[in-house]
Amino acid sequence: MADLRSNFLGIKSPNPFWLASAPPTDRETNVVRAFKAGWGGVVWKTLGDGDPIVNVSGPRYGAIHSSDRRLIGLNNVELITDRPLEINLQEIKKVKREWSDRAVVVSLMVPCEEKNWADILKRVEETECDGVELNFGCPHGMSERGMGAAVGQVPEYIEMVTRWCKKHTRMPVIVKLTPNITDIRFPARAAHHGGADAVSLINTITSIMTVDLDQMSPWPVIDGHGTHGGYCGPAVKPIALNMVSQIGRDPETHNLPISAIGGVTTWKDAADYIAMGAGNVQVCTAAMTYGFKIVEEMISGLSQFMDEKAYQTINDFRSLALPKFTEWQHLNLNYVVKASIDQDLCISCGRCHQVCEDTSHQAITNQVDGKRKFEVKDEECVGCNLCAIVCPVQDCITMVHQTKGTDPRTGFAYDRPYANWTTHPNNPGSHAAE
Amino acid sequence: MGSIRADGIQTGRLAPADYDVHFSDIHAPLSKHEAIVESERCYFCHDAPCQTACPTSIDIPLFIREISTGNNLGAAETILSANIMGGMCARVCPTETLCEEACVREHAEGKPVKIGLLQRHATDALMASGKQPFRRAPSTGKKIAVIGGGPAGLACAHKLSELGNAVTVFEAKDKLGGLNEYGIAAYKSTDDFAQREVDFILALGGIEVKTQHALGCTIDIGTLRQEFDAVFVGVGLSGVNKLGIEGEENLEGVIDAVKYIADLRQAKDLSALPVGRHVVVIGGGMTAIDAAVQSKKLGAEHVTIVYRRGQSDMKASAYEQEVAQINGVTIKTFAQPSALMGESGKISAVRFDETDIVAGRLTSTGGHYTLPADMVLTAIGQVFVPDGLGGADALTLEGGRIKVDAEHRTSVKGLWAGGDCIAGGQDLTVAAVEDGKQAALSIHHALNR
Repeated sequence: MADLRSNFLGIKSPNPFWLASAPPTDRETNVVRAFKAGWGGVVWKTLGDGDPIVNVSGPRYGAIHSSDRRLIGLNNVELITDRPLEINLQEIKKVKREWSDRAVVVSLMVPCEEKNWADILKRVEETECDGVELNFGCPHGMSERGMGAAVGQVPEYIEMVTRWCKKHTRMPVIVKLTPNITDIRFPARAAHHGGADAVSLINTITSIMTVDLDQMSPWPVIDGHGTHGGYCGPAVKPIALNMVSQIGRDPETHNLPISAIGGVTTWKDAADYIAMGAGNVQVCTAAMTYGFKIVEEMISGLSQFMDEKAYQTINDFRSLALPKFTEWQHLNLNYVVKASIDQDLCISCGRCHQVCEDTSHQAITNQVDGKRKFEVKDEECVGCNLCAIVCPVQDCITMVHQTKGTDPRTGFAYDRPYANWTTHPNNPGSHAAE
Repeated sequence: MGSIRADGIQTGRLAPADYDVHFSDIHAPLSKHEAIVESERCYFCHDAPCQTACPTSIDIPLFIREISTGNNLGAAETILSANIMGGMCARVCPTETLCEEACVREHAEGKPVKIGLLQRHATDALMASGKQPFRRAPSTGKKIAVIGGGPAGLACAHKLSELGNAVTVFEAKDKLGGLNEYGIAAYKSTDDFAQREVDFILALGGIEVKTQHALGCTIDIGTLRQEFDAVFVGVGLSGVNKLGIEGEENLEGVIDAVKYIADLRQAKDLSALPVGRHVVVIGGGMTAIDAAVQSKKLGAEHVTIVYRRGQSDMKASAYEQEVAQINGVTIKTFAQPSALMGESGKISAVRFDETDIVAGRLTSTGGHYTLPADMVLTAIGQVFVPDGLGGADALTLEGGRIKVDAEHRTSVKGLWAGGDCIAGGQDLTVAAVEDGKQAALSIHHALNR
């Protein structure tokens, strides 16, 4: 039986699934329900100082659905907690005492003054929580007030605030990064320079979900108007996964622990992040879509996967996929695959032919000997994978590595040794190096 | 008033509310959400097999994609531009032997995309909107007579009018629609859909309608050919085959199924329709199925279809046979009627000779049985009656129906034909619509070179 216990920055939790700082972690009631359901930890919804903020009472969420209304992407215009600081602090203290085996991290966002950060850190420390997460990501509402993403988009501010926090608390400090930047490595390095114990990412992506064409307004519409919100859910995972791997591969930050956030919906999503270097994962949209029980599938699935692969602990497979990432110019240009269609599985929909014919390399037939039949023309196939992607039948089209003979498309032998763009004769750079 | 168990031919066998239930839509229409989900199942195939299988070549992948994006009116326009009776065809087409049989998901998982129901979803939306997607081209100054206001005639008239020609439709009966109005089972065309579709077709304009004008009675082909630039004949099959056994003409309770269905379709009050307790339907096509199922739904206790060959030889599809069986109809095969037995001038039983196929030929085995019957519905095929067309010698026939070429031209110059009355006709609404459409294109081309 795999051991799912997680130790992130010394913060222990029975599993690596934490609820992200968001509506599900806004209050004691929710957090206790989450712990009862099996969540390993929570990052309490962001606290601020001064009078509580005010949320809109119109719609706060927008979504993209599949045809059967499965939620693919979600966005929100909700702000940080709108409850008094004192009540939140009391509840955090109570919950942590009652659930000492679970991780309780507190998210914070206050104005960019050292005193504000010092004051709130002191009060949060009194709750005996496990650590703090600095919310430098929120893309709406708070950023206009000089907080959230307004800080996260300026590496110097990140470094400065992180340094203050490390100076004023003994607790582990996690810096939550916004994806609304050009290169995630710069804010990550800034957090690292400021002394952050870890980064967490991604926060939500600035987005407009859709337009209500009857009201001619961005949707969701709040009394005739809409605004940009933070985008999250399954649709953002590929973006977040890339950013996590960028930080994991950057020489300056490769040892910086990462708490991965972004569309974790199943155990597989969590395993992907961990394989690309994350120490744990944070979840929000899946819980907001299905409720807290969803964690049971995540725990069971991850455990089965680890058993199957004989990984005893999370650390046994953490970062294993990271070295397999390489820059494009180092990919093997002599590695040749050709599409292969299993005629027994083929249902003759012809989509492979249509897309190859219209948008790729005209490498799939639509007739053979006058009959409807879809076959790959090796002499045209560049191995792009589009046909396999659009094929509605699982495993009907596979990309087969060619090792023997000659490629009828290029005339080159299939078994040529590894060679990449850096040394290719067509690359002007390769000549310059000579 | 009768009951299920009352012998003889009776009216009102059921409680009044049961008639509404029995004759409501056989397939409930898809809800908006169901339609969106179902439409997403379509793979948008290359050179789609469903489209190839459709006699009118509706661009099925396109209209389904239009539904999936919430564009029902666009979907309906895609459908109707290929098949102006796409609404009725969505209800009556044997999709299980046409588009849905060809669907790659039928091949893959035995569950085709519900093309018929999706087509209905889109066309219903257009009908409900009251919008008219078609406009007439500028007038060509040409006049065309269409004889017969059924699917072939109406499809021909609509296309000709759309192309700018003036059309006059002559219909023998009181209403247009042909078998859509007088044939097919009531539960396939509820809420007076046939007439609503006729109204939609006529709303294009440019089509004059003359009902109660039968060829050979109030109109004759010679005059029409003089008065109009072209004539289209879509008169269907007005005759029925006879059993050819004694008692057929004089025993009360032996009824032509086509007429029985027409009476049912025109009935204002279904409880006033008489039906037997022991109903025997003779035949193996769609008329037999429709007559049998509807008699069952009217409250007949025992309904038996008897067909002289095997089930796979029946013209009614396996699906239609299943519909009959689900509704409690018994299907007996390999038997043909040899005697109609009566008491006091009323049918009381039918004697059947058992048959077999020997060396490809239907033969009697020597065995026989008798079924009690207080009502016998004969549905052994309809025939073309060439009345008023100037005699069979003027018009070349083939297999008893009008011979036409690929453009639906008859042997007589200026005379086109389509629908069930032409040789090779498939006796399907959708095929008749295609005939009418193709003939219209040919006529328009011939008159407007």
